[in-house]
Amino acid sequence: MSEISSAVDDKGLGATGRRDAWWVGPLLVVLGLSAFGVYSTWAAWTGNNYLLTAGGADYLSPFYSPDLKSLLGISVPFSYAFLILWVPLGFRASCYYYRKSYYRAFFLDPAACAVGEPKGRRYKGETAFPFILQNFHRYFFYLATIVLLFLWYDAGRAFFFADKLGQLHFGVGVGSIVMLLNVIALSGFSLGCNSLRHLTGGKLDCFSCSAAARTRYKLWGGVTFFNLRHMEWAWISLFSVGLTDLYIRLCCMGVLHDIRIF
Amino acid sequence: MSKRTFVVWRGNKDGGNFVEYPVEVEEGMVVLDAIHQIQRTSAPDLACRWNCKAAKCGSCSAEVNGKPRLMCKTRLDDLPGEEAITVKPLKSFPIIRDLVTDVSWNYTVNKKIPPFTPKKGADFIMQQSDVDRVQEFRKCIECFLCQNVCHVVREHNQKSHFFGPRFFIRVASLEMHPMDALNRIPQIKKEGGLGRCNITKCCTEVCPEEIHITDNGIIPLKERVVDQFFDPVQIVIRKITGADKPQPTE
Ligand code: SF4
Ligand code: SF4
Ligand code: FES
Repeated sequence: MSEISSAVDDKGLGATGRRDAWWVGPLLVVLGLSAFGVYSTWAAWTGNNYLLTAGGADYLSPFYSPDLKSLLGISVPFSYAFLILWVPLGFRASCYYYRKSYYRAFFLDPAACAVGEPKGRRYKGETAFPFILQNFHRYFFYLATIVLLFLWYDAGRAFFFADKLGQLHFGVGVGSIVMLLNVIALSGFSLGCNSLRHLTGGKLDCFSCSAAARTRYKLWGGVTFFNLRHMEWAWISLFSVGLTDLYIRLCCMGVLHDIRIF
Repeated sequence: MSKRTFVVWRGNKDGGNFVEYPVEVEEGMVVLDAIHQIQRTSAPDLACRWNCKAAKCGSCSAEVNGKPRLMCKTRLDDLPGEEAITVKPLKSFPIIRDLVTDVSWNYTVNKKIPPFTPKKGADFIMQQSDVDRVQEFRKCIECFLCQNVCHVVREHNQKSHFFGPRFFIRVASLEMHPMDALNRIPQIKKEGGLGRCNITKCCTEVCPEEIHITDNGIIPLKERVVDQFFDPVQIVIRKITGADKPQPTE
């Protein structure tokens, strides 16, 4: 028996008795979100190489959908992607899963469980500006759902190719599949949204008290299915959206050639 | 039989030290067994709280190698073999002695929550679908590991305006109960400080009963707060439908 001198209440940034690699999780989040942030900002900034029409295809990058330029005939002095991107950005920034991940990784609030935080901050959580705005997550969900419907349209459109006369024919290119997988991933993310879970059935106190409540209970169960893997859907769809843009961009630049499978 | 070194915090509210003890390890041993062996062989005055040794009474909470856990549910063969094992009292509560802390703050919070208040003429034949959701929260064994790890308590010491995850799920179990008449949302928002939770999920990570504290308790409560305090559309609907009016009770 021997004594080792040490205080019980370790305090300050990173102070912990944990021996495991608790910093790996937050580090991966920093790397993943930063990589996406840098790429998406650049891709939106360029304002070009987002629509592939070679070979009769019609592949529109998800960063530039809906195509407001041709839909509304507007022209803005900056890349029009910025007119759209605030919607998915706001949706993800206020998503309960992403909140957890960036409060931990970027704000170190806390970086990991039972790990000390920087000293001397006045903590108010989500009770004060700016984080009180997270309470409007459901409105971003509504807006993001509208954008998602356009993306489903784009994915469907990617399966039709124009011939020399401009007639559309069904076809499948690698890009069509890329766009379809991307919109499936984005839908999986949206279908697990906690606000949707609340709106479908979570807000009810009684699941069995009426026919409507029983239907909503089933819907709630469906959303719960996706919600259980909300984190996985969040990352898969984040990368799929970036990679879809990258694929279309590289095809437009002539670096890649879109292969017609059918 | 092999030997392992335990480093246990000894002291009281005025201070203390870590003390090293050798422990003879047998197969299947948990940390609480080791503490009992230390009491038997070298430190009969080592204070620790325990009761069932079956992860059901919630008494033996401590921090093992820096992680909040039940000592009776932490097997030695799950802890890295070579190193000494550190056992500390829960950080967020005042120390009484050695591994025993004063958790009475939790009972003070508990008293603030109005008990189950049945609706007038409540029918107690309930469907399984309605029982399931609130039953998850009733698995709680009040080990207070979640209260201890929550950074609002642990790092920011906001005990005076925060109920903590254990009591958020207690409120959730009442708020979502089909036969409960009270609207518990204003209390949990204001007095309970639900907005101080930033859903970083440490409570869920440590819960030995594997209750989905955040996903099934806190986030649904936050969404109900949004309905009543932030979402203009819902606020208008509630006014029109009269959903804001108190319900008659028994
Ligand atoms: S999710 Fe909220 S209540 Fe749970 S530990 Fe984190 S801040 Fe505390
Ligand atoms: S919710 Fe889980 S961690 Fe919290 S007191 Fe109950 S059993 Fe313990
Ligand atoms: S909670 Fe993640 S999208 Fe709504």
